[in-house]
Amino acid sequence: MVFLMLRMLPGDPARVIAGVLASEADVEMIRRQLGLDQPILTQYATFLGRLIHLDLGQSARTSQPVLNEVMARLPYTFELALVAITIAVVTGVIAGVVAATHHNSRLDYLVSAISLFGVSMPVYWLGLMLIVVFSITLKWFPAAGADQPISFVLPGFTLAGFVVGLITRMTRSSMLEVLRQDYVQTARAKGLSERVVVYVHALRNALLPVITVVGLQFGTLLGGAVLTETVFGWPGMGQLLVDSIFARDYPMVQGITLTFSTLFILVNLVVDLLYAYVDPRIHYG
Amino acid sequence: MHTSTPAYTMDESLSAPARRSTPRFWQLLSRHRASMLGLVVLAAWAALAAAAPLVTPYDPVHQKLGDALQNPSMAHPLGTDYLGRDILARIFYGARYSLAIGFLAVAFGALVGVPLGAISGYFGGWADLAIQRFIDILLSFPGFLLALSLVATLGVGLENVIISVGISSMPSFVRLVRASTLSIKQLTYIEAARAIGARSPVIIFRHVLPNALAPVIVQATLSLGSAILVAAGLGFLGLGVQPPTPEWGSMLGEGRNYIFSNPNMATFPGIAIFTAVLAFNLLGDGLRDALDPRLRMR
Repeated sequence: MVFLMLRMLPGDPARVIAGVLASEADVEMIRRQLGLDQPILTQYATFLGRLIHLDLGQSARTSQPVLNEVMARLPYTFELALVAITIAVVTGVIAGVVAATHHNSRLDYLVSAISLFGVSMPVYWLGLMLIVVFSITLKWFPAAGADQPISFVLPGFTLAGFVVGLITRMTRSSMLEVLRQDYVQTARAKGLSERVVVYVHALRNALLPVITVVGLQFGTLLGGAVLTETVFGWPGMGQLLVDSIFARDYPMVQGITLTFSTLFILVNLVVDLLYAYVDPRIHYG
Repeated sequence: MHTSTPAYTMDESLSAPARRSTPRFWQLLSRHRASMLGLVVLAAWAALAAAAPLVTPYDPVHQKLGDALQNPSMAHPLGTDYLGRDILARIFYGARYSLAIGFLAVAFGALVGVPLGAISGYFGGWADLAIQRFIDILLSFPGFLLALSLVATLGVGLENVIISVGISSMPSFVRLVRASTLSIKQLTYIEAARAIGARSPVIIFRHVLPNALAPVIVQATLSLGSAILVAAGLGFLGLGVQPPTPEWGSMLGEGRNYIFSNPNMATFPGIAIFTAVLAFNLLGDGLRDALDPRLRMR
């Protein structure tokens, strides 16, 4: 898409490079060098080829290839996102199931209220408050750094706060829907324990929309990573992005944004494939 | 929305159902206790923002270094920040900026997004294709990152924050209005309008959009909450409204540097953001139930 937009811009890049005085033959030669004489599909393939080789250009600030810097930071962000999404899915799904199985009880209202709080909270603020309570007052966890497993606790929970509310709400409504279905009645009627009915029969079917939300929320999580990493001085891509924006390092900003959206699209592809695993009714091809 | 005046008003019971639906809407909304709470909180914030000079004697940008980093006291109920400014005063004045940014950004997103969605849904064809691909491009930058990269391109400052947050709130309006338009244009009254020779712009603005507005109002309320969150996030990173303007997000960002010695500076602006966003979310949920039962979260 980005490629097409660039191609639709008016002007001939070969002529620009060759200069105003260049002869028609020179322009033609440069055009051939750049591959612009090739059909548009071939050009697209070349562009993709460069992207596959991850040729993202050089950082304006450090003159290092953008790719190297991004790759150095990516694992930190990825691990943090993984920790956060695990916390969020486990907490959110359990809370959602509990709320749904105790529909309209006080517990249900409590869970709904907490998840609404979670959705409304500026999570960078949650991070700061966690630092105040757990690092400064209680001295349980470090406030910054990423060098030991315990460093993951506070940023992990902070980042999880971004998405746990939505996962809870989605699980709850999806479970309520499924628990009304006939096959849940059947499972109950044949004498299965409530636990088996809820967790084996109902939950598996209720998870499909939840997986969609998790996939979409992964994007929110990446955005949240930028803020969370700033709060905790986490050496990930988000921090690098903010630093690069301040330094007006545009190739770097471009490279990181491209990496973020690629990750986002990849995760949603994985989510689509997961559907088929969770729901055998869905087939591809 | 329901402004149609019936030709006759002699008998209440004969007047058009549209007339009755406004009080009914209030009835439904006022029964929703959580959304009433949201409305009250928002009204309180709006009043405090408007009357800021009356409720606090302090100037939000005047520095008094001798009073820096004080704890809450009678003179300064929430303490002072690192430049000796009263935190409470800055929060009240900050409400002006944070709420205004939210409103203007969502207004921008809705004013651009709603017509785009209507055009996309009504005409279909290449217009639909072009608009949807454009929205796809916007959506491939997840959430906060879209606003962040727009600000990185446009530069920081009040207007650019409003534009960036506005653009990132736009896709949901386009999608929403497109979907409603697609179903509305199948209805007989649109066919009737076309049959009597109404032109497309007239049909879109007089007949399609008024009937597609209910979900837009809900979406706008919910978007206001997230717009305030996103704008405050930009301010927190130092990429939003620039100092010394008292904006909640940038106050929080400044507070971060003093988190070890003086957590007040970060705590209270955060509470302000949280209550405002929560209020919009509560109100949005209530509006959704009152305006359109079909949209109710199951």
